[in-house]
Formats: sequence, structure tokens, C-alpha cells
Amino acid sequence: MSTAKQRVTQRVTLAAIAGLALAAASQAALAQPRTDLVVGMALEPPHLDPTAGAAGAIKEVTYANLFEPLLRVDGDGKLVPGLAERWTVSEDGLTYRFTLRSNAKFHDGTAADSADVKFTLDRARAGDSVNAQKAYFAPIAKVETPDPQTVVVTLSRPDGLFLFHMASGDAAIVAPESAPTNKQKPVGTGPFKFDRWVAGDRVVLVRNPDYDGVKPKLDRVTFRFVSDPAAQVAALKAGDIDAFTLFSTYEALPEFRNDPKFAVTVGSTEGETVLSTNNARKPFDDVRVRRAMAHAIDRKTLIEGVLYGNGAAIGSHFPPHREGYVDLTGLYPYDPAKAKALLAEAGYPNGFDTTLRLPPPPYARRGGELVAAMLAEVGIRAKIEPVEWAAWLEKTFKGKDYDLTMIAHTEPLDIDIYARPDYYFNYRSERFNALNEELNRSQDAAKRNALYGEQQKILAEDAVNGFLFMLPSVTVQKAGLTGMWVNRPVQANDVTNAAWK
Amino acid sequence: MLAFLLRRLASLIVTVWLATIVVFTVLQLVPGDPALLMLGVNAQPDTLAALRSQMGLDQPILTRYLDWAGGLARGDLGVSLTYARPVAELVVERLTVTLPLALLSLAISTVLALPLGLYAAARRGRGGDWAVLGFAQLGVSMPSFWIAILLILLFSLTLHWFPAGGFPGWGGGIGPALHALVLPALALAVPEAAILARVTRTAVLDTLGEDHVRTARAKGVGRTAVLLRHALPNALIPVATVLGLQISFLVAGAVVVENVFTLPGLGRLLYQAIGQRDLIVVQGVVVLLALFVVVVSALVDIACALADPRPKGVSS
Repeated sequence: MSTAKQRVTQRVTLAAIAGLALAAASQAALAQPRTDLVVGMALEPPHLDPTAGAAGAIKEVTYANLFEPLLRVDGDGKLVPGLAERWTVSEDGLTYRFTLRSNAKFHDGTAADSADVKFTLDRARAGDSVNAQKAYFAPIAKVETPDPQTVVVTLSRPDGLFLFHMASGDAAIVAPESAPTNKQKPVGTGPFKFDRWVAGDRVVLVRNPDYDGVKPKLDRVTFRFVSDPAAQVAALKAGDIDAFTLFSTYEALPEFRNDPKFAVTVGSTEGETVLSTNNARKPFDDVRVRRAMAHAIDRKTLIEGVLYGNGAAIGSHFPPHREGYVDLTGLYPYDPAKAKALLAEAGYPNGFDTTLRLPPPPYARRGGELVAAMLAEVGIRAKIEPVEWAAWLEKTFKGKDYDLTMIAHTEPLDIDIYARPDYYFNYRSERFNALNEELNRSQDAAKRNALYGEQQKILAEDAVNGFLFMLPSVTVQKAGLTGMWVNRPVQANDVTNAAWK
Repeated sequence: MLAFLLRRLASLIVTVWLATIVVFTVLQLVPGDPALLMLGVNAQPDTLAALRSQMGLDQPILTRYLDWAGGLARGDLGVSLTYARPVAELVVERLTVTLPLALLSLAISTVLALPLGLYAAARRGRGGDWAVLGFAQLGVSMPSFWIAILLILLFSLTLHWFPAGGFPGWGGGIGPALHALVLPALALAVPEAAILARVTRTAVLDTLGEDHVRTARAKGVGRTAVLLRHALPNALIPVATVLGLQISFLVAGAVVVENVFTLPGLGRLLYQAIGQRDLIVVQGVVVLLALFVVVVSALVDIACALADPRPKGVSS
């Protein structure tokens, strides 16, 4: 009897010890942080060469992770060293001297030197170049390589944004041997190198053991492409995806915020979302009509309805988080009565009929419905016309055959689009263009910011477009993941600093 | 018979040729420039022209059609505009997802439907019959994508038995790949199984009323034996016909289910290619699908002709 009891006690003790050992083991496992990461994105890149395509997804996979430009933009929007460890600009703003990292290598083992930089820049500005931002390279007159570590770029005219442009994914440094095959097998100089691409599903990058800079903490980063909003939420909740960037199923955010397993960050992109207006077409050629529309739109309700409150209102074409921003959101307060009065003054006491063309992103489709309803309140009857991207680009953007449309302009620091004579807004302002010329000539930050301020005021006064809100950068991630970008100063999913606690 | 086969082959070739003309023409009429789509809103005119000439889009329409159709005749589907890879390679890669998915759901629906249909027929008018009919009604009314969402809610989010979507690829082993296909296949299979179960039930009941079955029963063969040995084999003919029809529905349903589960299958390739105006890929996939449907229907015709004892000149 007593032996039986003893045995039971022994068993219980053994079980307790085993349990403790298990607990200890699992704690040891916890102490070892994970070194892999699965990042979710809505769109799959068509290919992986950032120097030959505008699709944001290409840069979101490759920028800073796989490819490095001469300079990089960090998570705060500042210029930091990329392949060039330092640089100088001549007094007249025409000569740029870049010094490259001495031990930089491409993933295929070949050295990354000044010849590769010269090849990259010359290729991007050549006659047969297919670079989506070829204009970035247009000021370059010549590229010289006095030694393997030094590149001297001479411009034909000053360009205040040159360094900024050289930090874009479109200016990623590529090698002549691998450039033709980068679309499928990208070879860069970054801290991660390409592992494999399961087409339609994921791209896998692994740590580059030979990287000469600060080594990343992760061994392996997988980018998974999930376009369906319900599937995005499901993949996060099931634990298949660790962090979803540019998450746009805003209605699901409260759920994630209330769940301690997740962390939600809301920052800003560079995407000024505007009600683009055809300034050349009647009745929008009348500034009173455009101002009436500005008074008719209630931005607060719009942001609530489209972004569930996760976004900042804008009063001109400039992001609030950048230096040089001027708050002009108070210029046209929501005032339907005033809008009606302005319309009557312009000769439309009974309003008018027009069309509002909407591209596929949810912010446009959802926002367009609300904007149309707000315009209807003051008598502007906008017929909604949903179109897909290809048709939008062809008819609206290239053909300039439209009345109103809604779109986020995601390129960073792109206020200069209002100076382009052939741009689809059909806007012309000598004052604005003169300021743009001056901006190109100035390197001084304070002066540039003042000029940007003047430009913003002109656009707001002319009510060129309906200035609505900044597209937010929402990331839903597992608690314990650190180092992900909150803001989106350039199109990128820079995971070089990401780590698990 | 030979003349019949030749006639069938000729009509097959003509149908596919007409399909190439239709798909090519329609895609020329749809607005959208692949080069502009690729290079975006800041692209300069000379850059767009360079890319267009690289893609061969600066050639006259007729030249482009002849180049493409000529390639098809030689079995060359061309190179994708966006992915810069041969279309045949992309299609084969995607078929490794869509084909197993379709076969798996075909298998699941058959395995579910036959016993259920048979059981319902045997229990005609009683509780079991009503239960099966109820399931069938529910299965027919619910679209695959809705079933898919319910399956994800239960098996991925609550029980964590299966991934909520995505496909690891066959490179990582058969286990994980099949694991990822179970829920999508089930979502596709349930509506098909519901239809098939009803067809099986009706077909079995029909044959149960036929003379040879009644004779067998009168000779003293047991209920179960009659059901399995006499009624079922005869009922399989209409069941197989419906099963054949369902194959094309499976391919169509796969497009939707592939999107819900973000599986990189042929349906999603086609969907993405249309959005990106990757004309070469769209043309290739549509012609292949047309070829598939035409070949399947030709095979059905030939099988019917073989089974039909009347002179060939009279039938067909």
C-alpha cells in the first residue's frame, strides 16, 4: 500500500520535474529571438529591377534591402550614406563628388566600384533608357571616375533635388554583368540578397554574409503578396504574416489595436490625395467654381469615412511632416452656403452635371462616393465612373480627357508637377513656375523651405485641385517586432534594422 | 469513323484559330498602354517609346498578330511583357497549383457525393434522405468564396490547423504544399459535391425502378447487393456526364478561390495579367483555355460516337 503511494508520489514528482524542464526549455526558446520575418504586401512586384519600372512594389521589396543607391533615405526622410560613404557639392551646385565604400561588393562577388556607378547613371539617361524617372538623370552632363572609389558627376544646370533623386530606388546602383537579368535575378550590393521568388506568392531574401556595412539582425525576410483585404486580416490573425505594411483595411484596425498580440503604427506616406480637377475644362477653368468645391468638401468627415480617422488633412500639395510645410487647411472651411453662393456668382445658381472618374484603390472608390455626395449637397451632380488602372492612365492621365478624378500622388517632394506644362491638371501659373526655377537654383535649406511655402500658398489660392488628405502608412505587426518604419518617406520596406525582442 | 475524326479535328483547329483572332482583337480595343502602366505617371515620352519598341508594340497590328499566331503554331507562346519570362514557363508554373487543386477537389467531391447520393437513394423519403437533400440544397446555395471564408474562420483562425492562404511551393516538400491546398480544395468541392450527390441520388432511384433491377430483386438478391452491383454501375453514366461538365466549372471556380486563398494559380495569373495589360500572357492563357474546352468537348463527342451503335454518317 505504502509502496503504491510512494510510486504515485514519485510519478508526480517526475512529472513536475519534467514540466519544469519543459517550461525551462520553452523559456530558453523564448530567450532566443526569431531571426526570420514575413512581411505582407498588397501587390506583387511585376519584376525586381527598381531601375526599370514604376510599380511601388518593386522598391518595397528591393530598396535598401537588396539594392543600394549612392545615398539612402532613412525612416525619418533624411539622406544617409548608401553605396557612397560621403559626398561633397561644389559652391555653384554643379559638381558632385561621391566617395564609395571601399569594400563594397555585389552579391555575385564582384567589386562595386566607380565604373558600376558610371554605368548605372549613363544607362538611366541613355536614349534607350527605360527608367521610370529618367527626368531625375536629365541634369547630368558627364560622369567621371578618377579612381575606383571616386565618382564625379557634373550637372549642366543646378538641381536642388539632385541628391534626393540619387537616393531613390530608380537610382539603385547595378552592375553591367547583371543589369540585363535583374528583373528575375536581382544582384545588388545591399545587406540582403535574393533567394527565390515563388511567382504569385512570395519573394524570399536572405542575409548577405559578405556585406561590408552594418549587418542586419535577420537571417531571412519573406515578402508575401496578399491582395484580398479579408485574406490580409486572416493571414495576420493566423500568424502567417508578421507585419503587414501599407495596410488599408482600416475598419479592421480597432480589432488589432485591442489585441495585445499585435501592435499598430500609423504614420504618413508621401501620398497627397487630391480631387484632381481639369483646370482647362469648363466650368473648372473658373477659380470661383474650384473654390466653391473646396468649401463643399468636409475633410473631417471624409477622413473619418475613408480612413477611419487615420490620416491628416492637407490644404495644399505638401505633406505636413516635411520642413517647409505651411498649414492652409483653414483657407476654405467647410461651408456649403458659401459654396452655393460662389457657384451662383460664377453663373451656376442651379449647379451643373459632371463626371468623377475613380481608379481602383479603396481610398479613391470609397472617398469618391463621399466627395460626390458632398458636391451634390451644393448642386454639383457628379456621375461616378469607376475605371481600372490601365484605363485611368490612358484616358485620364495621358489623354487628359476627364472632369474630376481622385488620386494619391505618392512621389516624394513632387510639388513641381504643377510647373509641368503638359501635366493632366492643365494648370498654368507664371508665378508658380518662376518659384520653381528659383528652387532649382537654390541649395540653401531655409531658402528652399520659404520657396516651397510660397508655392503651397499659390496652389491653395488657385484651388487647383481639391486638397484632401495624406494617405496614411499603417503597419500592423506582431508585438515584439522592432525596427519597422512608421512613416513612408520613400516607397520602401526597409527591414535592415528590423529585429525581434 | 476516320472521316468523323478528321472532321472533328478540322473544326477544332478552326475554333481555336477563331479564338486567337477574337482575343487578339478584343485586347487591342481595350484602352490601356502596357508601357505606360509599367513606367507610371512620371515616365517621359521618349522612355515610353523606348519601352514600347523593346516590347515590340511599335509594330503594325497585323504584323504583331502574325508574329504571335505564327509562334503559337510552332508551340511558342511568346514572352511576358511584365515578367520578362516565357509565357509557357509561367503557365506551367501556375498549373502546378491549379491542376492539383482541381484534381484534389474533384476527388473530394466524388468521395463525398457518391456515398451520400447512394445513401439518400437507399433511405428514400426517410430522415437520412432529407438530411442529404438538405446538405445538397445548402451546398448548392453557398458560393465557393463564402464557404472559403467560413473554412478560414474555423480551421485557420480558430483551430489553427491550416494556413489562411498562400502557397509555399512544391520545392518545400509535398506535405506543406498539400496542406495549403486542403481548404481551397474543400471550398471548391462542397458545391460540386452537393450537385453530384443529388444527381447520384436521382440516377440510382431511376435505375432502381428498371426491369433488370426488379428482376434481380425478385430473384432474391439482397437490398444492399442490388444497390451496389446493379443500380450503382448503371447510375454512373449520368454521374460521369455531370462530372465531366463540372471540370470546366472547377477551372472557373478556381479563379475565385485562388484569389480568396491567394494561391498562385492560373486564374490569378490571368487576373493579374489583365490588370497589367500583359497582352501576351492574356492571349496565351485564353487560347490555352479555349483549346482545353474544345478538346474536352471533342473527346466527349468521340466517346458518344463510339458508344452509339448507329451508322456514323447519320449520328453526330
